[in-house]
This record gives sequence, C-alpha cells and structure tokens, in this order.
Amino acid sequence: MNTIEKAGGPSGATGPDNSEFEEGGIRVCRATATFGPDEPLALDSGESLAPFTIAYETYGTLNADKSNVVLICHALTMDQYPASTHPLTGKPGWWLHMVGPGRPIDTDRFFVICQNVVGGCQGTTGPRDIDPKTGKPYGLSFPVTTVSDMVRAQAMLLDRLGIRDLFCVIGGSMGGMQVLQWAAAYPDRVFSAIPIATAARHSAQNIAFHEVGRQAIMADPEWKQGAYLSHGTNPAKGLAVARMAAHITYLSEQALHLKFGRNLQDRESITYGFDADFQIESYLRHQGSTFVDRFDANSYLYLTRAMDYFDLADDYGGVLANAFRGTESRFCIVSFTSDWLFPTTDSRQVVHALNAVAANVSFVEINSDKGHDAFLLDEPEMFTTLRGFIDSAARTRGIGG
Amino acid sequence: MSNGFGQVDGRVDLELIAGMISPGCRVLDVGCGDGDLLALLRKQKGIDGRGVELSQEGVNASVARGLAVVQGDADTDLTAYPDDAFDYVILSQTIQATRNPKAVLREMKRIGRHVIVSFPNFGNWRVRLKLLFSGRMPETRSLGYSWYDTPNIHLCTVLDFASLCEELGLEIEDALIVTGDRSRRISNPGPLSNLLASDAVFLLKRQD
Repeated sequence: MNTIEKAGGPSGATGPDNSEFEEGGIRVCRATATFGPDEPLALDSGESLAPFTIAYETYGTLNADKSNVVLICHALTMDQYPASTHPLTGKPGWWLHMVGPGRPIDTDRFFVICQNVVGGCQGTTGPRDIDPKTGKPYGLSFPVTTVSDMVRAQAMLLDRLGIRDLFCVIGGSMGGMQVLQWAAAYPDRVFSAIPIATAARHSAQNIAFHEVGRQAIMADPEWKQGAYLSHGTNPAKGLAVARMAAHITYLSEQALHLKFGRNLQDRESITYGFDADFQIESYLRHQGSTFVDRFDANSYLYLTRAMDYFDLADDYGGVLANAFRGTESRFCIVSFTSDWLFPTTDSRQVVHALNAVAANVSFVEINSDKGHDAFLLDEPEMFTTLRGFIDSAARTRGIGG
Repeated sequence: MSNGFGQVDGRVDLELIAGMISPGCRVLDVGCGDGDLLALLRKQKGIDGRGVELSQEGVNASVARGLAVVQGDADTDLTAYPDDAFDYVILSQTIQATRNPKAVLREMKRIGRHVIVSFPNFGNWRVRLKLLFSGRMPETRSLGYSWYDTPNIHLCTVLDFASLCEELGLEIEDALIVTGDRSRRISNPGPLSNLLASDAVFLLKRQD
C-alpha cells in the first residue's frame, strides 16, 4: 500500500478529509497518509504499529529542489493545524503569530508541514482508533509510543512524500523534544533546528504533574480501564481535572496574578461554598470542559507518557553531547524567563551539550511573564530573533524570498 | 558585555582585531555584545563565527542579525567547549570585566589555537597623571565609569598583561597599541608602550 489515502484511517476513524483551500493568504492542503501492514512503524518498545495513518497539513509550495521544507512539531495537546481553522472546534490556528505570509515561518517562502503525532487523536492513529486485530478501539492495548517513535513516523511520511531534507524543524514543549530527537536521529536531514521552551529530558517535577493528570483520568469511573469507547462512557471529568492541573503549569504565577488576582466571578462576595467564587476557578473549569470536547483521554495518557520517557542522553550513553556529535545543523534554542515547566536551565543543558561538540548554536532567553505558554503567544522579541535566525539560515541554504 | 569605550575606540579595536584574522577560519568571540565584530568578520573574512554574550539584549540582537550567539558567562561557560574547537578565540574589551581573568585566558588557550585579547591600558600616562595630580580614581575616554559603578573590576597595564601571558605559557605573536587615533605594531611590550598605549591588542598562541 503506497498511496496517500483520500480520507480517514485504517479504522475509518473521523480523520479529516483531504482538501485543499485558501485561508488567510495561505494555500492549505489537508491530507492523510496510510501505511499498510507491509510498512509497520517500529516502536522503541519492541512492538510495531501497522497499519497506521498520519493526518497532516501543508502550507505553501514545495520549491523545485525541495530545499524549502519546514517541519512544525506540535506540543502535547496541539494538532496539525498551526495556521488554519480547526475543523472540529472552529478555533483559529494555534501558531498564527509564527506561521503565515510574511511571518517568521513565511508560507510564501517555505513549504510547511505539520503532522499529528502518533498516539494522538486528531486523525493520526492513536488509542481511540480501531485495532484491526479485535475490531474494537485499541484503548490500553495501543502500544506505548515515545518521542522517537513520533519522529520515526514523521520521517516515514516525509519519505512517502519524496522529501528528504528539512530546511528547518521547529516546535515548542513536546514539539521541541521532537526537534531535538530529529536533530539527533537524522542530523544529515536537518539543516536548522529550533527547539523552543523544551528540554532534552523530562524532569521529575514534570513527570509528577503528568502523573497527577493520568491518575485523575484513571480515577474517573467512566474511564473503564481505558475501554470507555466500547462501554459508551466518557471520562470527561477526569480528563478535565488533568487539563486544569496541567494548565496551571503552562502559566506563571505573575501571569495568573495579573489576569485574575483574587477577583470574584460574577459575584460581589464569597459564597461560603464550593462554587467557582474566584475567576481563576471559573477559568480553569472552562479550560477543562472545553478540552474534553477536542481531546481523547487515553491519547492524553499515551502522549504524557511519551514525554515522561524522553531522555535524549540516555540513548547516547548518558552523555547528551554524544547525541549531537558531528552535527552540521544550526540550532537556535529559545527559552522564556518565567517558564517554570521547562526553565532556562533545561535549555542551557542543551546549549552546553552543543557547545561541547562545537556545534553552530544560538541561544536566546526571552523576557516574558507569560510562563511556558509564551511560545504560543505574541512575543515580539522571539519573532525578531527567530526571523533573523531563519532568514540567515535561508540565505546560507540558498532559499530565495 | 558592556565596556567603558566610546564608539570610535570600539570601532578601531574591531578593525585591528579583524586585521589579525585569516579568512575562512573558525572564531569564537567571548563577550561579543551586539555582534559587531562577528558581523564584520563574517563580511570581511568569511569566517565561521560563534559568540558568547552575557547580556540578553546583546544576544537577542546578535541572533536577530543571523549570528550564532549564546547567552553565557565568560567566567563559567567556556568549560563546555572542547579543546582546539576554534582557530581564534577573541576577548575584545572584556577581560577587565571578568571575575577571574587568568582562568578565562587559560580556557581560551585550551579551546583556541590562537587567542586575541584587547583591553584598555591602565598604565597609560593620562591615567597615571590623573591619579597622581587629582588623587582620585581616573575616568578617561576609555574608562568612563566612577569607581563604584564600573564593570571593569580587573584593570591591568600592558606590562601586567604581558607577564600574565608568560605565566600562562602564551607566546605573543603580534601586539598593537593604540595611541590617540593611531595604532602601531610593537615588537616587545616595554615601559614606553606601557606609557603611551591607551589600548592594546595582543595576538597570542600556545608556547611550544
């Protein structure tokens, strides 16, 4: 099987249809590709996944020598729609500040690809899809996938599309982990790499927060040991709590204080009860309840696990520098002052490892009070520096525009 | 890294350093500021350049102009680089602001085949006269700070620097001194150049 499918996955899941359209001055192509039993995805766990489907989106036009490809790697709860309207939620793209005509990732100049990660729930095969062996949704029988599995799957899609070289691989948070993995696993395919607000290994504190989220999901009686789709239930409460806890880690104390303080929600005084008296409570509840409409609980378990397992140095004899030895890629590493989930010290570790192999590396720490989420927001200083880095790399690579 | 130099002096300094560097080589500029020297070397000499800069504004400005610069501290972050990683490691108008100049020079010697250091000369006759006659800490065009707010915590003279180089096993390949608006090559740093120089630029290499 070596064709790009028209729609859906092997499971016939609700994958996005293939379509081409224009939005915000961008030529958008929405597609899925299915890999049959003869093209399994080999997983770190030793298992393999077949068949499987990857849902992806492209912007712009591939140039003649295929040298203008930018791969965007999405974060934990994001999707393959960084610059187009989400087909289910109707929300605008999550990285419109960064991606579009004349933006740092200029869709008039680059051919941009974003793929939903394996284990996800936006069209790429994940635990909510049908296991062809049983005819039922995978649930917990879906194999545990890792960041390096995600990257291997992305490489398979690029091979399918006849794209070898990536001018740039960019992403924040879990997307940044994929960027580092790309640079380590496929150095000769990566001309430039931009890992943002990320780390080469997930910290104990971050694993701890993820575990809280997973336990919230699994404590929901509707979770049914992961078989909620077969039971016709939905662990929405557990998933909402997981999202609420996680959302706090994406913001800074200062951002919360500035945005909400101790302000009360639609009331003059506290109620001596457990309603959402405070605006911050109401906000978190809203974040939780909207999240469950667009995200699958089991997928959340699998993707958080993938992040927890990420430890790039571990694959290279415990020495992070070995992951980058001999690399000719140029790196631009970005962190934010108020990000306590992936603090600057995490980025600096990567910088030191790259320095240790005398790699071509830039490292900027952006002043922001927005916390981890800053990478998704309007941060002019980040755009200025990334524009400079990307333009300079494009000049070196001989990409016009 | 910020320094106490006027723009004219700073520019002269960069040109003198550029004159010491052969084309197409690998260069690390420690304390690269906004990346002026790296940009100049990229344009004039086609070098493969890297920078380390303490101030975030300097780093961001450098990266925005397409230079490979990391935020870091000369005193602590040079240890990450491997031996012989660069053809030239440059410390331009920065050594006097480091906490441990000797350790910084030792690291530079390890990671670069050549080391270039430029610094303001505290042995200059104007500085000496100011201290002698006013009895106050000198403020000059090169050293425009009061004693209490200066980042220049380890000032030295040309002779001081030359003796530190000897102690560290660094051979002087080339030395230039700036006097007024002119610069000249000196064969050996002596008392006269120590008196005349407002600034000095040294090209050094490991002693065999």
